[in-house]
Amino acid sequence: MDLLSQLRGQIADFSAFLHREGFVDDQFTQLQKLRDESSPGFVVEVVSLFFEDCEKLVNNMAKALEQQIVDFKQVDSHVHQLKGSSSSIGAARIHNVCIAFKTCCEDQNRDGCVRCLQQVNHECIQLKNNLQTLFKLEQQIIAAGGSIPAMQ
Amino acid sequence: MADQDQSNNFSVLIVDDDRIVRETNRRFTALAGTQKQLRMEFQEAKNGKEAVYLHLAGASFDLILMDFQMPIMNGIQATQLLRQMGVKSRIVGVTSESDQQAFFDAGLNNCIQKPLNPAKIAEFLIVSKKRKRIGTSQA
Repeated sequence: MDLLSQLRGQIADFSAFLHREGFVDDQFTQLQKLRDESSPGFVVEVVSLFFEDCEKLVNNMAKALEQQIVDFKQVDSHVHQLKGSSSSIGAARIHNVCIAFKTCCEDQNRDGCVRCLQQVNHECIQLKNNLQTLFKLEQQIIAAGGSIPAMQ
Repeated sequence: MADQDQSNNFSVLIVDDDRIVRETNRRFTALAGTQKQLRMEFQEAKNGKEAVYLHLAGASFDLILMDFQMPIMNGIQATQLLRQMGVKSRIVGVTSESDQQAFFDAGLNNCIQKPLNPAKIAEFLIVSKKRKRIGTSQA
C-alpha cells in the first residue's frame, strides 16, 4: 500500500473514531465541507479561534465561580456562549457538558458548576489534541502530494 | 439583463454575539447562496443594538439571521425595534431555545434551531429569492 493510501486510511479511521466516541458530530463534517481551494485552512482557522475563545470563557467562568458570592447569571452567559460556539463547529461532547452546566447555573448549584467546568476543560483539551492529530494527518497527505479526502 | 443581474444580489445581516457562530453562519449561508446562484453580501452585528444601528444608518438586508440571547440587546428586543422602525426584511431567528413564541411575537418570519447548516438556510434563500423576483418585476 502506498503512503497516500495509508494516510487516507488513517484519516478515515481517525475521523470515524472521533464521530463514534462523540467528540464531534455531523456539524463538524458540514464544517469540513466548507473547505475549498480559496480557503484551504478554513477549518483549522475556525477551530483555533474556537479554542482561543474556549480558554477565555473557561478562565472567566473559573474566576466567577471562585467569588464568595457567585454571579450565576454571568456564569450562565459564558456557558451559553460556549454552548453556541461548540454546537456551531460540531464539538458534541463540549456542547453536551454545556447543557448540564446551564442546568447547574439555573439551580445556582456552585459545586455542580465547578464539576461541569472541570469537565468542560477536560473535553476542550481532549478535543484540541484529537483535532491536532487529524490536522497533522491532513498536512501529511498534502505534503505527500495528495488532497484531503472529501468528508461523507 | 441589468435587472436580472441585480435580482441575483442577496444581502444578509448576521446578528450573534459569538464570533465563531458569526463566521460559521456566514460561511454556511454563503455556500447555500452560491448553490442557489446568488451573489451574496454579508454584514455582521455583535448584538441587537448594533443591528438596529446599522438600519438607522440606512442599511437594509434581504435576510437577517438573528440570535436569541445576546448581551446589551437580545434578539427579541432587536426584532421588535426593527419592526417598529418599518424594517420589512425577512428576519429568521436562530436559537436553541424550545420556547420560540415570544420571538415570533416580536416579529420573526421564521425560526431555525441551532446549529445552522446550508440545508437549513437554503429554504429561506429560495423563498426570499422568489419575493425578490416579484419585487423586481413590480418596480
